[in-house]
Amino acid sequence: MDLPTVTAISRPRTRADLDLSGPGVAPLAGGTWLFSEPQPHLSRLVDLTALDWAPLTVTDAGLEIAATCTIEQLTRAALPESWTAAPLFGQCAAALLASFKIWKTATVGGNLCLSFPAGAIITLFAALDGEALIWRPDGSEYRTPVTEFVTGAATNVLQPGEVVRSVGLTTRALQARTAFRKVALSPLGRSGVVLAGRVDAEAGFVLTVTAATDRPYVLRLPSVLTTSGLTAALAERIPDTAWHEDAHGAPDWRCHVTYVLAEQIRAELQ
Amino acid sequence: MIVRINGIDTEVEPRPGQCLRTLLREREHFEVKKGCDAGDCGACSVLVDGEPVHSCIFPAFRAEGRSVTTVAGLGTEADPHPVQRRFVEAAGFQCGFCTAGMVVTASTLDEPDLAELPQLLKGNLCRCTGYRAIEDAVRGVVNTEKPGDGPSYGRSLPAPASARIVTGRERYTLDHAPPGLLHLAVLGSPHPHARIRAIDTDKALALPGVVAVFTHADSPSTLFSTARHENRSDDPDDTLVFDTVLRFKGQRVAAVLAESVGIAENACRLIDVEYEILPAVFDPEHARDPGAPLLHADKSAESRIADPARNLVAEVHGGSGDVDAGLANAAALVRNTFRTQRVQHVHLETHAAMGWRDHGGRLVIRSSTQVPFLVRDELAHIFGVDPDSVRVFTARVGGGFGGKQELLTEDLVALAVLATGRPVQYEFSRSDEFTRAPCRHPFRIDVTVGADRDGILTALTVDVLTDAGAYGNHSPGVMFHGCGESVALYRCPNKRVDAASVYTNNIPSGAFRGYGLGQVVFAIESALDDLARDLGIDPFEFRRRNVVMPGDDFVAAHVEGPDLQFGSYGLDQCLDLAQAALRRGNGATAPADWKVGEGMAAAMIATIPPRGHYAQTSVALQAEGTYLIEVGTAEFGNGTTTVHTQIAASTLGTGVDRIVVAQSDTDRVGYDTGAFGSAGTVVAGRALSAAATQLRDTIRTIAADLTGTPAPECTLGPEGVQCGARFVALRDVLAAAGGSLRADGTHDGSVRSVSFNVHAFRVAVDEATGRVLILQSIQAADAGVVMNPHQCRGQVEGGAAQAIGSALYEGMRDDGAGTIVTDTLRNYHIPQFADVPRTEVYFADTHDALGPFGSKSMSESPYNPVAPALANAIADATGVRMRALPMSPDRVWRAIHRARTSL
Repeated sequence: MDLPTVTAISRPRTRADLDLSGPGVAPLAGGTWLFSEPQPHLSRLVDLTALDWAPLTVTDAGLEIAATCTIEQLTRAALPESWTAAPLFGQCAAALLASFKIWKTATVGGNLCLSFPAGAIITLFAALDGEALIWRPDGSEYRTPVTEFVTGAATNVLQPGEVVRSVGLTTRALQARTAFRKVALSPLGRSGVVLAGRVDAEAGFVLTVTAATDRPYVLRLPSVLTTSGLTAALAERIPDTAWHEDAHGAPDWRCHVTYVLAEQIRAELQ
Repeated sequence: MIVRINGIDTEVEPRPGQCLRTLLREREHFEVKKGCDAGDCGACSVLVDGEPVHSCIFPAFRAEGRSVTTVAGLGTEADPHPVQRRFVEAAGFQCGFCTAGMVVTASTLDEPDLAELPQLLKGNLCRCTGYRAIEDAVRGVVNTEKPGDGPSYGRSLPAPASARIVTGRERYTLDHAPPGLLHLAVLGSPHPHARIRAIDTDKALALPGVVAVFTHADSPSTLFSTARHENRSDDPDDTLVFDTVLRFKGQRVAAVLAESVGIAENACRLIDVEYEILPAVFDPEHARDPGAPLLHADKSAESRIADPARNLVAEVHGGSGDVDAGLANAAALVRNTFRTQRVQHVHLETHAAMGWRDHGGRLVIRSSTQVPFLVRDELAHIFGVDPDSVRVFTARVGGGFGGKQELLTEDLVALAVLATGRPVQYEFSRSDEFTRAPCRHPFRIDVTVGADRDGILTALTVDVLTDAGAYGNHSPGVMFHGCGESVALYRCPNKRVDAASVYTNNIPSGAFRGYGLGQVVFAIESALDDLARDLGIDPFEFRRRNVVMPGDDFVAAHVEGPDLQFGSYGLDQCLDLAQAALRRGNGATAPADWKVGEGMAAAMIATIPPRGHYAQTSVALQAEGTYLIEVGTAEFGNGTTTVHTQIAASTLGTGVDRIVVAQSDTDRVGYDTGAFGSAGTVVAGRALSAAATQLRDTIRTIAADLTGTPAPECTLGPEGVQCGARFVALRDVLAAAGGSLRADGTHDGSVRSVSFNVHAFRVAVDEATGRVLILQSIQAADAGVVMNPHQCRGQVEGGAAQAIGSALYEGMRDDGAGTIVTDTLRNYHIPQFADVPRTEVYFADTHDALGPFGSKSMSESPYNPVAPALANAIADATGVRMRALPMSPDRVWRAIHRARTSL
């Protein structure tokens, strides 16, 4: 929709030009969420795509994904064959309510920064130990695990003027075996419960719980446990208050289904 | 900047916050539709450099130097794109409002994509079709017939507007831009119940581009109802254009008229309002309590509110026989409480109207309405002007489902046009639909049913409470109708009906497909299913033993008079057809560990609303051998225009290509009560049939006189009249008649018949997650002689799909204090392609004595039996009775979980 209060678009070409200071300023990536709701508090948008970041960079450490990488670019990434976690990319993208048309412009950074429980790109990053690289307005930068980046339903650690530059995934995580489950109130609806499991030699069994909870919860367990061990771990790590309530599922159901799907993932990865 | 639009380099200057959709529409690319303006529905899909995007969330400035292709750029009526041709041949649309985006998206799909259609089409929502016809279109299935020779009725001819719709040429309400058009935006109440103490509009008026600000000071003092009916006294007069008391959150406080929507919205935020907050009531169960806040205590008897001192809009009490005795004689008894939720219509075209003064100074309103004549009459009433000084017309309407049997935009547009003399437009946003437009009435229904050992009903009672919300629009009618055919369907000597509709400070409820029947049918059919189960009787057999048959009275709160009759009876066939299909199965299997069950439900509906539904039509022979038909009813995807051309062509011995339709314009055509109550075929169609028959007879008589042939030996054909061995061309007939030949036909909507629908499901239920998977969906319908089989099938499928949405997914959630929290399509899930099974549709073979060509209405009714049939299948699978809608996985899981843990 039109954003009638927006009177200016900034298109920075370099980091030096990037200025998100002042009231009513917001970064614009794909725009697929920004233009989907009234934004009467905004007057200027800063177009991050003008910075022309390479969407995907395979590094010695793993994969660096620019915040402006589109969902489509993510799902079409040409990845080394040894990265057995690759199917998770498409599974998480398909879990989004957004259609393939929106994937063409919606970005991974946008999904991360909205920090919605149903943001399945967050699931992907959390499940693969993603670390967000954040640019501070003073020119410095820092990295933070995605699991700590998202602090609650639609809240995160970003301070005014900060911008997510990229998310890094490690080779070790990308070489893990993974399993994925999503349940919504309708077959392809907005997610109520999204779980991803991962097994690798170093980290053991990593179970990521999203959508069901107000923020991602990652259980790091020494090995693929027994059913009872998994149940106990879920009960211990996820507080009762964490189960999210909105139009996409009641909290008691989300909790229950999390246990059901977690057990399926445990069985699959065993 | 330059954008190449449909191959033409175009200089454009987008505003910084503008999206591509409005940029294109401002260049009069009206083929780009607004369904949600939020990226959820896909109606605005266009290609950017060949890639499909939702133009409503695509920043306009990013189109610089790129090539944009709309549906109109894909092909033309004369030279359509292959996908456009397929959508015509498959009849892959009804109202057609989603079609532009659907065609654009489908044009990007390749053969391998066909396996992924549920994923690939999840970003394109259709509310009319149920997606089966869309899938057929994508796959190249041909569902329509070519006109050819012979009578056209009974054949699956495509809608006359097909080629225009699939190429984006068909005009809808706002696809028109008179010079100098101004825009309205509305400031809604932030409180569910408040009195306006003061409004300061100075800052808003000072904003450049603002033309006027309207408040209660500008409002006519005439009370009216947003609901429109043939008899304006059907609904309480409890509404003002602007009121000083606000009775629900979102109600109009003020409106700004400005040069753009954006300026008007910005100006709304500059209006200062001082509110006195009033106590509010949200729970209909407590609305009549002593001491409950009263919403309309200020209204007099002239408002026709049953009891303003108890928030009572309307009530009905009645019955027959001796219920206590009936219950005492029952071998089995079921007593239960059922609840239905708020549902939004989600017609893809939101409410909208534009208005201007014509050269003679008359007020002209172009509106997205089902009832242009009723809107004209009520606008004249509200503003105290002569109805002849007002013209209301519709272009094609993008869906309605009852939601456009309300006057929600036209009064404000009229006020602004009358005040300024300028052209004015007012368009609802999708969120306005959820927070400002009436929704389906939530019902609480207590049902008691008893039967003897043979499964013969001994007692049937319903006690119903409906939440009218803040205004009484449609609440009496929905309450009465809800308790009508639902109860009358069963032959039972002892019945009791008690119902009330009450005001609350919730969003107003209004007309919705089925008009109350679906809610009560859900309760009664669910209770009867339990009763049959308790008695060990098959549910189909239980219905056969208890349903009404020709010769029976229709009995609910009262015994229906002779205005309602069995013009035909196909319920027995419907039960047989549905049961046979269920027995036959379809080969679909359940996932491992899911529980499987079957369920069915039946429904009856009167073919026409009671107490008068009027249509005046005409047919005129034109010089070129075509016929101009004039009908007042509006086309909103119901397909009546197709049927009207078939009726006229069949009667006049010509082809549908020679029928020219003028419709839904108070200036151009005769009166019609409107497109509601499923009346388009059986009222307007019958009036048209009468006009066409008279014209045919006149033409034959003229030809007989010209040739000296006895009239019975004269046959009217496409080119003229064959009179024995001689032939008289139509132009000679017209000349002999003095150059003008026209006949009129009317119908008053009486006597009325009844239609029937039986739905059956086989479902699988995952008890671990509560998910319900429909394995087989069957509907048998008694529509009399089916005028257009594929189109009627589409109505059944679309009704079933909308009902599956209401039954499994949809619910307008509120916070318990008057705020609707699900006000976007991403938070209010209407069925996607993936959600809707292919429903097997069967028609009973009947011929109605009352409807034109033996037909009956089939528009609202397919919706009604679906929710209980699903609930009954879930009960069969799990042993758990769902008593509230929607039966979403979380609720199904919880019900099963509670039943299991309480054992």
